[in-house]
Amino acid sequence: MLVTTTKGDMDESLLEKLEGTVDNDNELTSWVEYWLEGELVHRSAHVTLKKMPVFGGGETASIG
Amino acid sequence: MCTSFMSELMLGQHQLGTATLVSRGSLTAPTTDTLKAALFLTSATINAATTVYSATGEVSGTGYTAGGVTVTNATAPTSTNSSATAGVAFFTPSASITYTTVTLTTAFDTVLLYNFTQSLKAISVHTFGSQTITAGTFTLTMPSNTTSTALLRLATT
Repeated sequence: MLVTTTKGDMDESLLEKLEGTVDNDNELTSWVEYWLEGELVHRSAHVTLKKMPVFGGGETASIG
Repeated sequence: MCTSFMSELMLGQHQLGTATLVSRGSLTAPTTDTLKAALFLTSATINAATTVYSATGEVSGTGYTAGGVTVTNATAPTSTNSSATAGVAFFTPSASITYTTVTLTTAFDTVLLYNFTQSLKAISVHTFGSQTITAGTFTLTMPSNTTSTALLRLATT
């Protein structure tokens, strides 16, 4: 599989791959990094928001 | 949610989702407002007091255009009442917000949703864990469009 990197498209087999996730009350995030000889050449992230935006300290804007 | 958005709704200054009103842009046909999503640095001051989009504190980098990307805005807001006095109106963009093949080396943690059609008026601010992107893609996946999980919810109590 080809990976878009700062050095152009490279085959994944040539790169070191790191992955991670963050799962908390606010978000579910996954990220992937590709490294080449100690240099970060690709990083993507995917965030799913779980909470409402902040509004006066509450989680839902209220009317009435 | 941006405080100004609340009163602007009552003033009819936003039209989300499918067009139903003959709006300010046309006297003959309904038009839906264009929404955009801009990313902001961890150092930026973007919060519920934000009233309009400004490039101050916005991310910059390869593949990113100031002002952000257009948000898919095809689903009309929905409202439901659980009693005579309690109910919820809610809205969620109908597709993920994606910044494709960008390099954003300075950490960012905020996205501002705003109305590009209506003088860049702010709608909502959403924060997440600090991120950087290197020759990659940043995606914000929308929550389910329900009374309890929608991206924007206005509740009567």
